[in-house]
Amino acid sequence: MAIGWYLAVSAIVFCIGAGGVLVRRNPLVVLLCLELMLNGANLSLVAFARMWGNESGQIFALIVMVVAACEVTVGLGLVVAIYRRRLPIDVDELNELQG
Amino acid sequence: MVFTAILFFIAAIGAITGAIGVVMLRNPFYSVLALAFHLVSLAALFLLLRAEFVAAAQVIVYAGAVMVLYVFVVAYVGGGEQLTSGGVLRVLGPLFALALAIELCIAMLGAGLKGVSSKGAAFVPGFGSPAHIGRLFLTTYLYPFEIASILLLAAAVGAVVLARRRRGLEPDEEAGLRVSVARPAYTGTMAEAAGIRPRGDESFTAEGEPVTERTGSGHEGGW
Repeated sequence: MAIGWYLAVSAIVFCIGAGGVLVRRNPLVVLLCLELMLNGANLSLVAFARMWGNESGQIFALIVMVVAACEVTVGLGLVVAIYRRRLPIDVDELNELQG
Repeated sequence: MVFTAILFFIAAIGAITGAIGVVMLRNPFYSVLALAFHLVSLAALFLLLRAEFVAAAQVIVYAGAVMVLYVFVVAYVGGGEQLTSGGVLRVLGPLFALALAIELCIAMLGAGLKGVSSKGAAFVPGFGSPAHIGRLFLTTYLYPFEIASILLLAAAVGAVVLARRRRGLEPDEEAGLRVSVARPAYTGTMAEAAGIRPRGDESFTAEGEPVTERTGSGHEGGW
């Protein structure tokens, strides 16, 4: 398969994730959609690594996975902290920092 | 060749279906399962791109560990989500995503890069193998590697600090934990195994069978 097909799939996955981040209100699902966006980027990185025959893109993809794992741990910690404080788990309601 | 194409389309359709499922499903638990499906399909795509180590890490780290974390938190927090109410963002979000998809496809497929329409560089044996990745990580990309480990450490500490209990247990939670369930005598505490009768249990066994008889039979039965 040509590399372009993989890039198209990665673009579609990224955009589905971006739409989900905008539309969904549950912070858990927002985190899941962020994962989708990171994975779309990962797929294009690996595809470009294949295109150039260079493994640097795969290294980058692995680093992105590390960052995603960090984001998940901190994000889920925040969700648990919000739940402990009996606040609504809804990104529209959590607007105390709004100016 | 045809086999590769079939595999690609199966994996690609799986990945896109999983992604749509994550966004569309109302129950967060099902969203997590859809994401796991999406991740496994993506690992198949990675394999097709000859990124064996990345695919393995994807399945083990992402579809394994991270998804377990998600499932635990969803089970802890629980709760579906009320239907998305109206609002500008609810309408503009999908439109924005669609526009972004079209733009990205135009940008990538119309870029005129010769490599995009090729099948990639000539395959070198060992491309994407753990040996190559490990060598790159410890030579060229040593600093990113170390920074990633520091980032992981910081995230782990941050998650513990965020999710810990601030002042011990919450009052009602504490009361819930202290409920002692009536338990038949000699069912598994260490004190009972050593032949010592905990004092707290006497109130329970008093209404059941007499304590002395139980003790006798327990000693006869032995181990």
